Amino acid sequence: MNPKQITSLLKRLAWLPLLMLSGCKMVLLDPKGQVGVDEKSLIITATLLMLIVVIPVIVMTLVFAWKYRASNTKATYRPNWSHSTAIELVVWIIPCVIVAILGTITWKTTHELDPYRPLDSDVKPIEVQVVSLDWKWLFIYPEQGIATVNELAFPVDTPVNFKITSQSAMNSFFIPALGSQIYSMAGMQTKLHLIANHEGSYDGFSANLSGEGFSDMKFQAIATDEQGFNDWVSQVKANAETLDLNSYPTLAAPSKADPVRYYGSVSPILYETILMQYHNGGKHAAGHEDHAGHAGHDADAGAEMAGMPMNAAEETH
Amino acid sequence: MFGKLTLEAVPFHEPIIMITLAVVAIAGLGIFGAITYYRKWGYLWTEWLTSVDHKKIGVMYILVALIMLLRGFADAIMMRGQLAIAEGASQGYLPPEHYDQIFTAHGVIMIIFMAMPFMVGLMNIAVPLQIGARDVAFPFLNSLSFWLFVAGAILVNVSLGVGEFARTGWVAYPPLAELGYSPGVGVDYYIWALQLSGLGTLLTGVNFLVTVFKMRAPGMSWMKIPVFTWACTFTNVLIVASFPILTATLGLLSLDRYLDMHFFTNELGGNAMMYINLFWAWGHPEVYILILPAFGIFSEVISTFSGKKLFGYTSMIWASGAITVLGFVVWLHHFFTMGSGANVNAFFGVATMVIAVPTGVKLFSWLFTMFRGRVQFTTPVLWTLGFMVTFTVGGMTGVLLAVPGADYVLHNSLFLIAHFHNTIIGGAVFGYLAGFTFWFPKAFGFKLDERLGKGAFWCWITGFFVAFMPLYVLGFMGMTRRLNHYDNPMWQPYLIVAFFGAGLILCGILFQLAQLVVSLRNRESLRDVTGDPWGGRTLEWSTSSPPPFYNFAVTPSVRALDAFQDMKERGEAYLRPDHYAPIHMPKNTSAGLIIGLLGAVFGFALVWHIWWLGAVSFIGMIATFIARSYNEDVDYYVQPDEVERIENLHHANFAAPRQALNTQPVAEQI
Repeated sequence: MNPKQITSLLKRLAWLPLLMLSGCKMVLLDPKGQVGVDEKSLIITATLLMLIVVIPVIVMTLVFAWKYRASNTKATYRPNWSHSTAIELVVWIIPCVIVAILGTITWKTTHELDPYRPLDSDVKPIEVQVVSLDWKWLFIYPEQGIATVNELAFPVDTPVNFKITSQSAMNSFFIPALGSQIYSMAGMQTKLHLIANHEGSYDGFSANLSGEGFSDMKFQAIATDEQGFNDWVSQVKANAETLDLNSYPTLAAPSKADPVRYYGSVSPILYETILMQYHNGGKHAAGHEDHAGHAGHDADAGAEMAGMPMNAAEETH
Repeated sequence: MFGKLTLEAVPFHEPIIMITLAVVAIAGLGIFGAITYYRKWGYLWTEWLTSVDHKKIGVMYILVALIMLLRGFADAIMMRGQLAIAEGASQGYLPPEHYDQIFTAHGVIMIIFMAMPFMVGLMNIAVPLQIGARDVAFPFLNSLSFWLFVAGAILVNVSLGVGEFARTGWVAYPPLAELGYSPGVGVDYYIWALQLSGLGTLLTGVNFLVTVFKMRAPGMSWMKIPVFTWACTFTNVLIVASFPILTATLGLLSLDRYLDMHFFTNELGGNAMMYINLFWAWGHPEVYILILPAFGIFSEVISTFSGKKLFGYTSMIWASGAITVLGFVVWLHHFFTMGSGANVNAFFGVATMVIAVPTGVKLFSWLFTMFRGRVQFTTPVLWTLGFMVTFTVGGMTGVLLAVPGADYVLHNSLFLIAHFHNTIIGGAVFGYLAGFTFWFPKAFGFKLDERLGKGAFWCWITGFFVAFMPLYVLGFMGMTRRLNHYDNPMWQPYLIVAFFGAGLILCGILFQLAQLVVSLRNRESLRDVTGDPWGGRTLEWSTSSPPPFYNFAVTPSVRALDAFQDMKERGEAYLRPDHYAPIHMPKNTSAGLIIGLLGAVFGFALVWHIWWLGAVSFIGMIATFIARSYNEDVDYYVQPDEVERIENLHHANFAAPRQALNTQPVAEQI
């Protein structure tokens, strides 16, 4: 490293204290959708509540250690003092009270922020089916009849209902600017409800290691106005490529750092086929995927579509 | 003949690995040559390798832990180096297939092969002495535990040069860890390394539980047990209850990988969620297995160096007990994002928070132990104070992650990485290093150099904050874990700072090594002739340093919680009996060593599908075990004249200091 590089590095580092302060660089503290906003305020509330104990403990640690240092012979020394009911009551009760408050908040917000709960909105939600592949994201728009790879778009202020599954390994579907993430798991369906309240293009990615190409498993989530979204749909539709049970295996084959891809039309049974591909013939014994609560229930719904061609997808693994 | 094993399994084309192997080979040859040159093989064999003495086994555990710390840290600094440069067009110097092995190895080594043996080593050295016992309940089993653990450690390290290690992260979640997505031998190395060392850990848990239940000195009722021994007892309860879950889970994964079964596969009714639940049903108690003994060490250290009884002993024990029980009902907080219902997530979130209550109580107890004490800022105390500050922060971020609504955005982010390093380094490792300094004179008869110890502490703690505070920030900036490269220039400055932090921690490790060398060289001036270098309060300080192999010439009888402090105050410490009785002791055995090494061969054979070798080594293990079981010649009596000779030697050494100790003015009583 030559001196010039070192100075340039130092210049970069000089910004650090500023970066610490500027919340706008921290995506979780500058959310662009209601879910993220609620989660941010939850994080702040919980942190402040805990600081009520944390700060005194840290201060007392330093103060006690200094005041009762061995060289300070003026301080009181009571070698056999080891019990005080009053102090013990206080040190049990204060954490209990704080945990009780925090626990109540937790119980309430866990229900409010349940990823499976549809968002309260007058606007008709848009549905997107998400499939994590090795190592890219497939987005299917059943209402629009289109599909895309590594690019997601939706109108602003419109709830987006994601139904999520995986072709292979487990991933986590995450757009930090909008809020919650959820795992994608093969043969099972998870759900996520998000909304964007600001226009913009947000980073999305997999937040769970899924193999070699994991680091490049990224996509852009574009929130635009109604017009912009319609234009985007038309642009995708203009593409002649079709994604169906025949072309899916090629897409599903492992590949890294894939470019954005548009499919002008998509097979209406593709998503269900992917979801049910591991359930040999459709009619499966209900229950064995019930461990994840909601996930099992949704997979059962898919199982009713018995008799669909499974083989196309099965050949891919 | 050699299963899947061919010469191609050795990564000749990887310069980093080949250079490492060369260095290890040269160092190994050097050590081998030195032992041969100085004719120390016999000494090594009879005094160490075949020893069933808990103190020596403890020392060997810690030695391996320190070596593994170096290996795990080398992995860490390689990862930090990679992430400091791999921004934008730069892909760094480690391709994903190599990088993924490094973070997996880092996690496995640091938890299973560094923290666990460090903890078990300290437990081995201190627990039997604290309860006034001559050894553990099953000395041969103890040796076997150690060698099974070594077998696991050997497998992990062999994977560096022969084949590969898992690329799945240390949790090895299926379906990624299944044959379909991880066809190489990496996951198999992972499985057998964990199975062997896990078996060793389970046996340790059983052994020490029986030891504490049955072998306490007369008079030591439950609530007179030293707080570190209590902490270890709770840890052993956790080990006995949770390690079988790991064994079974990895067993099922092996059936998937070896016999084409489908417990956790995508196909044919397998379900990965089952593995994830089971893994954490072990994995979360494992966290408390690591931290509870550290809590115990801090309690001993802060009480000893404040010259004061531990505040709220009873609260401390109940708090540890509460953590032990609660540790089993929180595992789901590792995967709030797996789609459980709101009620389930909320339950596990609140259960997790409840653990903050007993943990908070412990912190207050340490605080009020210092209160109205005389705190000496020795190295162990610095580690304790550093822990109290650092761990409080880590506890707070942990509770934050326990709120499902917060976890939905923080899960798997670098915030999580910062959190668990905050608790494992700032909690467990600081505790073990405190315990290391605290009990070192007991194990070796001389103290460690204080100045270098303090240097190590300051490097570690500043290094920790410089390395991990940026990771908290990066979590809020949306950076997820296990990335090999990234495309966000905003992240890079923080990752560069984190890299420098790792460099500071390296300085801490170097100080620690220098401390060992310097202290060894100055051992005469650092000699502890009394056996009680710190003004200790518990029984381990009542015997010589290092203790005779039988620990106590006469079994002590206990009348108070701080038994040795009580003896000193009564002026009964160091009293010698009129005559000594014969002492019943176990004989050394090589069976543990043989079974352990055969276990390593067995694991290696299964990794490479060398079935005949697997069968031979397995039969060898069983046969050795049976042979040992039928061996009646396993114990002997140390005769009174021999005891008297050893005791005379010890007492002659410190006639003068002892006088001073016994007549030291008892601190004013209020």
